[in-house]
Parts: sequence; structure tokens; C-alpha cells
Amino acid sequence: MTILKTVNLCKKFGGLNAVSDFEITINDGELVGLIGPNGAGKTTVFNMLTGVYEPTSGDILFEDKSIVGKKPYNITQLGMARTFQNIRLFKDLKVIDNVKIAYHQNVIYSVAAGVLQTAKYKKEEEEIAQKAIDLLKIFNLEDKKDEYAKNLPYGEQRRLEITRALATKPKLLLLDEPAAGMNPQETHQLMEMIRWIKEKFSLTVLLIEHDMSLVMNVCERIYVLDYGRIIAHGTPNEIKNNPKVIEAYLGEEVC
Amino acid sequence: MELILQQLINGISLGSVYALIALGYTMVYGIIKLINFAHGEIFMLGALAGFFAITVLGLPFFLALVLAMAVCATLGVVMERIAYKPLRNAHRIAALMTAVGLSLFYQSFTIYTVGATPKAFPRIPVQTWEIFGVAISNRQLIILVTAISLMVLLQFIVHKTKMGKAMRAVSFDRDAARSMGISVDKTISFTFAIGSSLAAAAGVLFGMYYGTVHPMMGLLPGLKAFVAAVLGGIGIIPGAMLGGMILGLAEAGVSALGFSTFRDAVAFAILIIILIVRPSGLLGKNVREKV
Amino acid sequence: MKKLLVITGFVVFGVIIQFLIWNGIINNYYAQVFTLMSIFIILATSLNLINGITGQFSLGHAGFAAVGGYFSAIVTTRLDLGLSDFTTFLLALLVGGLVAAFAGFLIGLPTLRLRGDYLAIATLGFGEIIRVLFLNWKYVGAASGMWGIPGYTNFLWAYLVAVVTVLFIVNFMHTSHGRACLSIREDEIAAETMGINTTKYKVIAFTFGAFFAGVAGGIFAHLIRLLHPQSFTFMFSVEILLMVVLGGLGSITGSIAAAILLTTLTEALRQFSELRMVIYALMLIGIMIFRPQGLLGTKELSADSMVKWWAWIKKLLGRTKRVGEQVDNTKDS
Repeated sequence: MTILKTVNLCKKFGGLNAVSDFEITINDGELVGLIGPNGAGKTTVFNMLTGVYEPTSGDILFEDKSIVGKKPYNITQLGMARTFQNIRLFKDLKVIDNVKIAYHQNVIYSVAAGVLQTAKYKKEEEEIAQKAIDLLKIFNLEDKKDEYAKNLPYGEQRRLEITRALATKPKLLLLDEPAAGMNPQETHQLMEMIRWIKEKFSLTVLLIEHDMSLVMNVCERIYVLDYGRIIAHGTPNEIKNNPKVIEAYLGEEVC
Repeated sequence: MELILQQLINGISLGSVYALIALGYTMVYGIIKLINFAHGEIFMLGALAGFFAITVLGLPFFLALVLAMAVCATLGVVMERIAYKPLRNAHRIAALMTAVGLSLFYQSFTIYTVGATPKAFPRIPVQTWEIFGVAISNRQLIILVTAISLMVLLQFIVHKTKMGKAMRAVSFDRDAARSMGISVDKTISFTFAIGSSLAAAAGVLFGMYYGTVHPMMGLLPGLKAFVAAVLGGIGIIPGAMLGGMILGLAEAGVSALGFSTFRDAVAFAILIIILIVRPSGLLGKNVREKV
Repeated sequence: MKKLLVITGFVVFGVIIQFLIWNGIINNYYAQVFTLMSIFIILATSLNLINGITGQFSLGHAGFAAVGGYFSAIVTTRLDLGLSDFTTFLLALLVGGLVAAFAGFLIGLPTLRLRGDYLAIATLGFGEIIRVLFLNWKYVGAASGMWGIPGYTNFLWAYLVAVVTVLFIVNFMHTSHGRACLSIREDEIAAETMGINTTKYKVIAFTFGAFFAGVAGGIFAHLIRLLHPQSFTFMFSVEILLMVVLGGLGSITGSIAAAILLTTLTEALRQFSELRMVIYALMLIGIMIFRPQGLLGTKELSADSMVKWWAWIKKLLGRTKRVGEQVDNTKDS
């Protein structure tokens, strides 16, 4: 089943064509990569998919329904979650609160019930807290739950961002350069984690990355973006040997 | 027809004053992305400086104008160095709050030293001429001539001098400008100096036209000039001029139609409309936050 | 249960103070000061809800207080309801708060989509519009002001409303809705992508903030018994802002402490009221340049933090003592 499909997606900034004729299809349960040189437009694509940018033209179909023009929070509620290239955690809030916020969309109790601290409020709060702790446990962050997010080491911050995204119970997870700033060992661990969460949470994953070892080893299919256009598409092996891709990276090791 | 022309004259005179103040807002915003909240108070201080220059120092009008401009230019530079420069890389809200504090400081300090009672600004005796059935006074003429000359001078500085080029470069990309050898600090100081001197000129003209100066006189014109800057497109110099004129004409129009009590509301109505319909302003481009 | 005990404790404290006032042990001057402190606590904490907790820079808080003040005064002076004093006052405060909340809602909807600086100017503008509207409204006395407002306010009223306000905000922050507001402050885009309807929550915070400011305005009106548009200028908004910034944007205990501190300072400088504004302005500038997080930052005063403060003070004293000893030692030899 197709979970995400873009049709002729374009984004112009003034006179600049950031993204043009962008067409991808992602099926349920796949792990797809989006790669390309710096400035190719990958994050712009993510921003359009999540509703942060409005496309200049074209359509985005999530589970066969158009989501163009919808607000980001609506899109998240439909089942798409993302992480950010520059880590956007709620820095002055505790780790556990970062995760609890992701559960907010499902909260039923009203403001009045919350302020008056009714039984319904207490019960739901306990449930949220428990779910958050359980999720943090899975990612080995439980013992830091009362730590402020800004005090976590870099690797744990990245993990927390992924944890938070997963708390929104997504069907499709967009990861924007999750391996940025990691050494080879950490990248390897990340690789394992991505494979593992895909299975455990029954997700589909779309991944932007620069780190070729991660992409080649983890992705089932890859789209290559250059100057806002898709120049190649295929399995890691096909991409590795594609002359257009090698040219776009201008001698970077595509291996 | 004569009524329309009359209101045109009134509107453009008022609009020129707003435009001069708006230019200061827009130039500072363009270069450091800060709304200099205290700018309206520079307008007030300029008026006060002009007042003292004429009454205490006995200077003729135009010399008083120049002196007021010089005083406020200096004040603008000093203010930037002391209060805004330390916060250049801080949260935008911190700089804005400092600006609010500065605004309050100017108002309260002036009340403390000079007193809150309005002072009568010495005025040139009115002379009116009739052209095509439209009355234009010498005061309006002074405003128009002074304002237009200053705006022409500004355009010259911005487009034909090295400093002007530096200003445009720093507005565009501060780090790139720096690596081209431009002294960013000097450029920013220069921008504040020019913006403040224009506001001072507006203050003196305003005092000359309306006849009173008082410590709180900067609040409302300051807000309105800000609206004018936003209307034209904040950060865009021709936008400030355009916005100022439109606002002046709108206010004159509203007065003429008999709703003079709602004159002040015109600016705010325009603000609401612009912010909802086209926040980047009439001449502005939409710049998105990088995600 | 501990919480209920604490709340009861606070209430009892207030009742005791009021009792002392009634018996003349605390004279009327101090009673007025304490009442003002309570009013400013309501104003500062409600502004903190908007600025510090939700991160929206609002400069028009005086406008909401004005709306609350005038409309509550209309209920008590212009309407003949035939109810008891207590009920009339309660009703008046509620009306004031609700009309202010409505104003907050109307203003919030268009302006809350604006970025920080624009929002600040827009709210300032609206605060001014409100003031100008009252200045021109004959029904409430226009420029001459509204006189003869019954003096229903006493310390206990102001104090209890302050307790309710603080309780509301503290509880709110412990709900998921409160967390949503905090997330907006922290990173609005991230909040949106985590499923938070940021516009909705900004408007909620704004409306509630306006409500409490309106109630505070009503209490204020029935204390000084005269309302004038000049009482609700931009300077007043900045005074409240200063309290929030001084206490720490996001810290409720900070706002309370700063409100008490600054009200005291205002009284101490009563004779130098013009100089006072100069000092406040300098304080605001100084805080933003040297310690933008204010006294308590985003944290609350808790047993933990008090221990930390005390340890820091001791360390400071210890250092000075040691230096003193060194100086003595060098003197001997």
C-alpha cells in the first residue's frame, strides 16, 4: 500500500527553484533514503511534506489523501512525524516533558478539568506519564527523565528527539540527518536503532542523510536529489554505480 | 475638487513627517532586524532639542533643525553601542525589551528633568497662499521642502556613497559583508546616526507645525510611523516613504470626512489589515524562517 | 493532601492579616500597600502566563486591566441590580474579567500569528486603542474619568483573588494544555510538528491572561474609587512587564516575589515618583543586558533552589572570610 506519494511537487523562493518536479512513492513498511549534495533541497522537501512550507505547486498524498495546505499539527495527527537537522528539542523542559508533549494530541481532559484537578485529569496524567516512561525505557533514557533536555549529551539529545517523534504514534517517520555529528561507532548504533524501531513500531521511514555508510546499509531504496530535482532512483547498488550520482557528488566517496 | 487637493496637501505634509520617522525604523530593522522601540522617543528628543536651540540658544529655525539632528544622531550612536550592541547575538526578545526599557527611560528621564507640562514651540508666523483654490501655509511648505530634501539626500547616501553600499551589504548578509572587509560596527552606528537624525528633523518640523512639545509626544507618532514602515515593507527604504505618505493621506482623509476623533485609530486599523493580509508590506518580500 | 494544606495555610494567613487590619493593628496605609501587592501579583502572574510561559511578547496588559476596571465599575455604579454588596462586587469582577477575556480573544486571534517584535507592537497598539476608546466614551466619564466607585475592595478580596490566580496558573502548568503552552515558548515549529495547535494555545493563554488582568483592574478600580484612562498607559504595561522580567520569565514564584519587591520600592519612592520611572527603566535595561533570566529564570522557588542559593551565599561569605584572613596574616608578618 502506498503511504506517501508526491505529484509534481515544486517549491519556488522568489526566483529560485528550490525543488522541482519532485515525485516519489513510498510504500508501507519501506525504509527509503533521500540523499544529495548540500543545498540540493532535501530539507525543503521535508518541510513541504510536514506542512511547514506550502508547496508552490504539486500535490502530496498521504494515505491517498491530499495534505497540501494542511497545518503541521494536522499532518502530525494524521500520522507523519519528523526530527530536525539541527535538533529542536524543548531545551528548558525536562526530558519526560518533551515526550509528554508529544502525547498531547490524544489528551481528552479539558482545561477546566485540568485546573480543577478532577479524577479524570489525574487518571489521564498518570497514563501519559507511564507511556512516556515506558517509551524512554526503550531508548535507555528513563534514568534521565527529570534532566533538562539541554543538559543531555549530543547523542542522547538525538535519541530523545526520535523518542519524542515516536510518541506521536506515527505511521511515517521522517528523519532529517539523524547521524549528523556522530562518529562511525555512533552511526553504526544509530543504524541498528533505525532498523529496530522500524520493526518494533511498524513504521515506514524516510531518511535524509549525508553519511553514505548509513544510507547504503540501511535503505531499501534511495532517491538522489540535485539542485532540487531527482536525478536517480533505485536500490543502493544501482545508485552506487550511477554515473550521474557520482558526478553530482563530484568525487565524494559513494561507497 | 478643491477639498480633495486641500486634503492632499495636508496629508502629504503629515505623511512626510511620518515618513521621516518611519525611515529610521526601517533602516535599523533592515540592518540588525530589531524594531527600535525607542525611536519614537528620539523624535521627541529631537523636538525638545530644537525647542531648546531656539528658545535658549536663540538659534534660527534651520540651524536649530541641524543642531537637533546632530544631537540625536550622536544619541543614536551612543544608545546603540551601550544598549543594543551587547545583545546583538541574544534572543530577539531581549533586545526588544531593552528597547522598551530605553523608550521608558527617555520618557521618564525627560519628565524628571524637564517636566511633563507641554511647552510652546516657537512658531514662524503663519502665511498662507492660495494656489488653484487650495490653501498652503508656509509651515507646510517648510515641512515638504525639508522632508523631501532629506529623503533625496538619503537616497543619494544609500545608493551613491561607499557607506550606503556598506549599509545595503550588511542588511543583506552581515557575515559576508564582514568578510569583504566592511566594518559592521561602524556601518550599524552610521545607520543609527542617520535614522535618528531623520527622526529628530521630523520632531522639529512637528513642533514647528503643531506648536507644542512634551515628553510623551513620541509615543503615538512613533507607533504610527512604525505602522507606516510595516505598511511599506519593513526594511525597505522606499517602503517607509510610501507608507508614511499613505498613512498621512489616510488620516487627512478621515479628518476631512468628519471622523477626526478616529484619526488615531486609522493607523491601527491599517496595522491590523496589513498584518493579516500582507505582513511583508506593500513593497516587501516574504522571508521565511529557516527550518 | 500536602497541597491542600499549603493552600489552606495561605488562606488562613490572609484572613489573619485582614483581621489585624480590621482591628487597627495594621494601619490603613499598610493595608493599602498589601492590597496593591496582591493586585500586582495578579497582574504579573497573568502577564507571565502570556509572556513567560507561552513566550508571546504582549505589551498591552494595561489595556486589559482598563477594560476590567471600567466594566466592573459600570456594574457597580451604573446598574441598579438590588443585590448585596458582596454579590454585586463578585458579579462586577466576573463581568470585568469576562469582558477583558473577550477583548483578549478578539485581539489575540489576528495578532497572535505575528512574530515576536510585531506582536509586541500590535499589542501595544491595541492597549493604546483601548485607552483612547475609554478616553472618548462619555458613558464612563471620558477624559474626566469615572468617579464615585464604591470602595468594595479590601485586602482579603485582593489577596484571595491573587491566591486563586496563582493556583489556577500553577495547576494549568501541570496539565497537558500547560505543557503545550510551554512547548510553544521553547520552539514553536517543533511544537507544531509534534501535533500542537499553536494558534489555539496562544489564544487560550492570551485570553486567560486578559481575564485575570481584567479582574485585577476591577479590584484596582474599587480600591482607588476613581478610574481614569491615564492610569492605564504604556508605562503601566511596562511596570508589570518589569515585574515579570525581574522575577524571571516563566517563574510564577519569581513574579510574585518581584511584584512584592517592586510594590515596596514604589512605596519607598512615593515622593520621587518621576525618578521612580527612570529607575525602573534603567532596571529593565540593566536586567536585559546583565541578567536576562531575572532572579529565578524559568524555575520556581523551591526547597531545592533555596538550598542552592544558601550554599552559594555561604560560599561567597566563605571566600570573603578567607580573603580577610589572608589580609590579617600578611599584616602580622
